[in-house]
Amino acid sequence: MRRKRFRILKRVLGLYLPLAAFLFFALFPFYWMLISSFKANPELYNLRANRLWIQSPTLEQFRELFAKTAIIKWLFNSFFVSFLTSVISMAFGIMAGYALARLRFPGAQVFGLATFITYLVPTTLIFIPLASVVQAFGLSNSIWSLVVTYPTFLIPFCTWMLIAYFKSIPKDMEECAMIDGCSRIGAMVWIVLPMAIPGVVFSGMFSFTLSWNEFVYALTFISSTAHKTMSVAVPTELIRGDAYFWGELMAASLLGSVPVALLYSFFMDYFVTGLTAGALKG
Amino acid sequence: MTAMAETERRPAAPLLRRFLKPEALIGYFLISPAVFLLLVLLAYPFVLAVYISLTDRVLGEPGRFIGIANFLKLLQDSLFRQTVWNSFVYTIATVALKMFLGIILALLLNQEMRCRNLVRGALLLPWIVPTSLSVLTWLWMFDSLFSVVNYILLGLGLISKKVPWLGDPFWAMTSVIIVNTWRGLPFFAVSFLAGLMTIPRELYEAAETDGAKKFRQFWHITLPLLQPVIAVVVLFSTIWTFADFQIVYILTHGGPINATQIFATMAYDVALVAGRIGEGSAISLFLFPALLVVIFLMLRYLRKEQ
Repeated sequence: MRRKRFRILKRVLGLYLPLAAFLFFALFPFYWMLISSFKANPELYNLRANRLWIQSPTLEQFRELFAKTAIIKWLFNSFFVSFLTSVISMAFGIMAGYALARLRFPGAQVFGLATFITYLVPTTLIFIPLASVVQAFGLSNSIWSLVVTYPTFLIPFCTWMLIAYFKSIPKDMEECAMIDGCSRIGAMVWIVLPMAIPGVVFSGMFSFTLSWNEFVYALTFISSTAHKTMSVAVPTELIRGDAYFWGELMAASLLGSVPVALLYSFFMDYFVTGLTAGALKG
Repeated sequence: MTAMAETERRPAAPLLRRFLKPEALIGYFLISPAVFLLLVLLAYPFVLAVYISLTDRVLGEPGRFIGIANFLKLLQDSLFRQTVWNSFVYTIATVALKMFLGIILALLLNQEMRCRNLVRGALLLPWIVPTSLSVLTWLWMFDSLFSVVNYILLGLGLISKKVPWLGDPFWAMTSVIIVNTWRGLPFFAVSFLAGLMTIPRELYEAAETDGAKKFRQFWHITLPLLQPVIAVVVLFSTIWTFADFQIVYILTHGGPINATQIFATMAYDVALVAGRIGEGSAISLFLFPALLVVIFLMLRYLRKEQ
């Protein structure tokens, strides 16, 4: 009996307590974001009330947000850019990934190395000259500037991710298909691609998330309110001078966070396996 | 001599054929969009960055070639020196914290428990959600008047007066380090967890029969076998943290009195706010040596692993 109690105590101290501390650290900001966005201003700035709970929940902050700001436009811009760039990057990533995983040609190794290196290049290293390149294309202050630039960090990621998936698929099936008269591209599209679906879904989803969250390029290339994406619009448009409207800011942050959180909760299994596979393959 | 010339000449004809055989042609076709995009929007801007950093370009004017004057000026600049120092403090502190806490968290997550997947999913959230938006929440949590962090700490009696989270140089640096750790920890923990799961259980069982205590098992089995994953994750995180922008930009904007100014935020301020594009480009390029070191270590490491 005493021994059992000791084991429970050990488990609580050695697992549940520290885990609870980590969970609190990870999740408290989201809790705070959530309750701040459902409070009216008098309650939000009342220092005497119990600040960790909502006395009278209200949608006032969201109503203000939809009535006075271009939030619908920003959400649309984020969706548009993220969707388009993920599709483009996945398509190019599949092509390049398949070539590197299966085909032997001079220069393949150099290209593989180059994609790996470009994956490491931080956006902050080249954002200044890229702004003038974007301007030269006549794309500055338009969401198309993001559509063309985001694939530069998404394609290396997708390619690298998919090489690992393609390599894990046995070669026999496509070889059989090719003996039966299927072309190389046909074998890739009809045989290999369907078997690499988990990898494709993961890299697509992850690309979507990376685009949705991107900040530096969107901040640099776009200046008008109507063309901004959520990640940049909320911190730049909703903070006016020194005035912080925290209720609105938190409501908008919540709206900008929910889509990726949802996407990710639906595909969590893909996500965790994809992430772990990626981490192991480096 | 003739033999050597012959062996050199021999592959010449097949070489061209190697480029032109169907498999190679399909290969080039498949990689061409990626190559094109990366050349135009990554390689070219990089060359341009080097060129711009050698000019005195300001917003709206092309500028003249001035050699390495920008770099020399920066090395003399006390603000830039502080930026270099801050960037190192920020990177070393956060990477060390994320590594240490990441190992602990991974060890916790590797144990049998109920709702394991739910817990893992919840812990990944800080890494999934747009950083700019979650950092806004931290900004609100660190608000000088309404800080809920102070509210909780005061309520628990852990502090006796409010902490000036973003108002004081020391605490501002502490704050950005906390937030970066918060954001990056999930990536570390999940990667380490993946590494832990590949370690065969038999090793621990053998150690157990030999009477090795938990800590010795960790030190002699877990850590050495986890080392490849730790190395890759740390290298990745080092370059990303070194070049980080959003957390500092939103939380402190480099302040107070430049106590948290790091490379990317200073480059942004100088190039796009003050309009001195040449100088700003030069600041950005200081990230390049760091990138080179990381690439070098990573390639050497991966080669050794193979």
